[in-house]
Amino acid sequence: MRTNSIRLPHFNRAAEIRSSEIKLPAKVIISMSQHGGVPCKPTVSVGDEVKTGQIIGDSDAVMSAPIHSSVTGKVTGTTEIMNIFGRIHEALIIETVPNQVMSEDIEPPVIDSREALIAAVKKSGSVGLGGAGFPTHIKLSYDPSETRVDTLIVNGAECEPYITSDYRTFMEDGERVIEGMLLLMKYLDIPVGAIGIEADKPAAIRKMSVLAKPYKNITVYSLPSRYPQGAEKILVRNITGRTIGKGQFPVSVGCLVLNCSTVAFIGNYVKTGIPLIKRRITVDGSIVNKPRNLIVPIGTPAGDVMAAADIRVQPDRAYMGGPMMGQTFYDPETPVMKFTNAMIMFADTKEYTQTACIRCGRCVNACSMGLVPTDIEHAFDKKDIEWLKALHVELCMNCGACSYVCPAKRNISEKNQLAKLFLRENTSKK
Amino acid sequence: MSELLIEPSPHIRANTSTRKIMLNVLIALLPSVAAGTYIFGLRSLVLVVLCAAFCVIFEMLYNIITKRPQTIYDLSAVVTGVLLGMNLPPSFPVYMAAIGCFAAIVVVKQFFGGIGQNFANPAITARIVLMLSFGKYMTAWTVPFPFGKTAADAVSSATPLASPETMPSYLDMFLGNRAGCIGEVCIAALLLGGLYLIIRGIIDPLTPLCFIGTVALCAFLSGHDVLMQIMSGGLVLGAFFMATDYATTPITRLGKVIFAVGCGLITSLIRFFGIYPEGVSFSILIMNILVPLIDRYVRPTPFGTRKKEAAK
Repeated sequence: MRTNSIRLPHFNRAAEIRSSEIKLPAKVIISMSQHGGVPCKPTVSVGDEVKTGQIIGDSDAVMSAPIHSSVTGKVTGTTEIMNIFGRIHEALIIETVPNQVMSEDIEPPVIDSREALIAAVKKSGSVGLGGAGFPTHIKLSYDPSETRVDTLIVNGAECEPYITSDYRTFMEDGERVIEGMLLLMKYLDIPVGAIGIEADKPAAIRKMSVLAKPYKNITVYSLPSRYPQGAEKILVRNITGRTIGKGQFPVSVGCLVLNCSTVAFIGNYVKTGIPLIKRRITVDGSIVNKPRNLIVPIGTPAGDVMAAADIRVQPDRAYMGGPMMGQTFYDPETPVMKFTNAMIMFADTKEYTQTACIRCGRCVNACSMGLVPTDIEHAFDKKDIEWLKALHVELCMNCGACSYVCPAKRNISEKNQLAKLFLRENTSKK
Repeated sequence: MSELLIEPSPHIRANTSTRKIMLNVLIALLPSVAAGTYIFGLRSLVLVVLCAAFCVIFEMLYNIITKRPQTIYDLSAVVTGVLLGMNLPPSFPVYMAAIGCFAAIVVVKQFFGGIGQNFANPAITARIVLMLSFGKYMTAWTVPFPFGKTAADAVSSATPLASPETMPSYLDMFLGNRAGCIGEVCIAALLLGGLYLIIRGIIDPLTPLCFIGTVALCAFLSGHDVLMQIMSGGLVLGAFFMATDYATTPITRLGKVIFAVGCGLITSLIRFFGIYPEGVSFSILIMNILVPLIDRYVRPTPFGTRKKEAAK
């Protein structure tokens, strides 16, 4: 059965603009929580001089990835930053020096086994670059004796409007994507590779098809350009026909799903040994004259990104990520994180007034998870735990489709997140 | 740096609103109102406009008296008024129409919490209230005069469903050259409006198809004239504009199908076996009452769960 989806405008003005490096910012602010999971502890202190690529944060926890300095400079202080999960974490402020030098620790990893691959990926500081920020090595660390993974799916759907950073990865680093795939498939013993790209990016589909041609076991899939195509569960369903059960992960159905930029990063890392210190972001929005794809050091403050963008007027609303799932920020010091794929800016924003639900059912027909968002809103307002459980609110991935289509402009997806939190808090106590 | 607005995602919204939906419904009703005016004379238009005005005034007054936020700008009261007006015979007394509007807006809609909260379709319920209260006036049919003689000759006539021997031709039925309520006689205009709503994505075509389809099937199986049954009474009006009301119909597509088939069955039962010649209003009202039940048992299956887990 086909899952529900919605049609979104693309606004992909930045698609054919080649990536360029941003001017070195005067300082970077690097959060110790660049990923889902356990935050890192700083391994350097205020006053220390650091080199590009040097480890500055690490953790003994499994659910974590080390953090490297993205610049050469001096640690001048610490600050606190809220991450995408709403928690406050420590961050290091590093003031840059004009003479940027690479750390001596950087060397290409030696990979000869599954374990060596996973260790190298962990050391690289790799997290999901598509926006979720899940540590990559955790995804790779499934137990092969219990779980048989037969398909590596490279997620290049990029279904949110404006964002073109994954598209640029295919166009500029397509070879790295294939190299990364071959490496992962070889050492994780995955027989089949799949690259999923939305049909509205024919150039990327053509390019990757040509690159994948020598490899019989890698297929490029052209996916319908419908939102949320890039959601893991939807992607796995549309490429393999398999359904990931509630509370399960793609490996439960034999699939390993990685974002294309993550795979390209891994492909590059094994050659150069340069850890995750830079990433490609799209800068666009209604006030941006020339949309751009920028390669920025992790930790670059939003203000520097704005300065690099040619904007007409000062924004009154800006967010990191796409317009459907991105997070608004109010502080120009808010830094680019490892998982930030875009920065979008607007002015003269309309503020919507919520009106009564008219039971039109648009949210029901929009929900790819088969939920009834309007009922979840009612159940949450009533604080009805049993009802919320019966409505399977935990399945909501905050894709925002319900709020998008709502004619009464209700913030349904926001309510869903509150409902998830409420349910979690009230079930864990017992 | 100017001040930045913080808001939950998503940061873009579809270009739609309750008012735009209602405006589209009004646009879709225009051809039928125009046809009714052409067929029965200017008084029909006056009656429809007055009904819309009464509904808006009642909703406005109710909101003022109960100190609620003003909701008349969403145009839903206008839609209710126009629909009610279209459900009245052309010669219907204005003060009675005002009573109908009061029943629709105040009793059926606002007493239950306003837009989206009412369990019964306001226009349909008001039509039934008027039918039961002023039965004589509700069945005083006017002969369509542009096709007949002159306005002075406008006399009462029986509804085709009530007296089969005076049945007009299929073409007359389709174009509206017959006695009936202002907005229900011209099938061509109703289909035009219905098609508009389907194309604009306002209504799900399944509802009218299943409703009319069920009546057609019942008529065929019981040996009635199928085309005549489809075009008679308020079936097309009800199927496209009343059985598709958001608040009073199921929220899922399967639920909508069950609702529409139920409407078709009850309409057929009343028409073929009941004491009333017409059953569309009653069928929609009865199915309105069943909507919470349908919505409770007909739900989409959440992704990756088994069907039986999904029920509540």
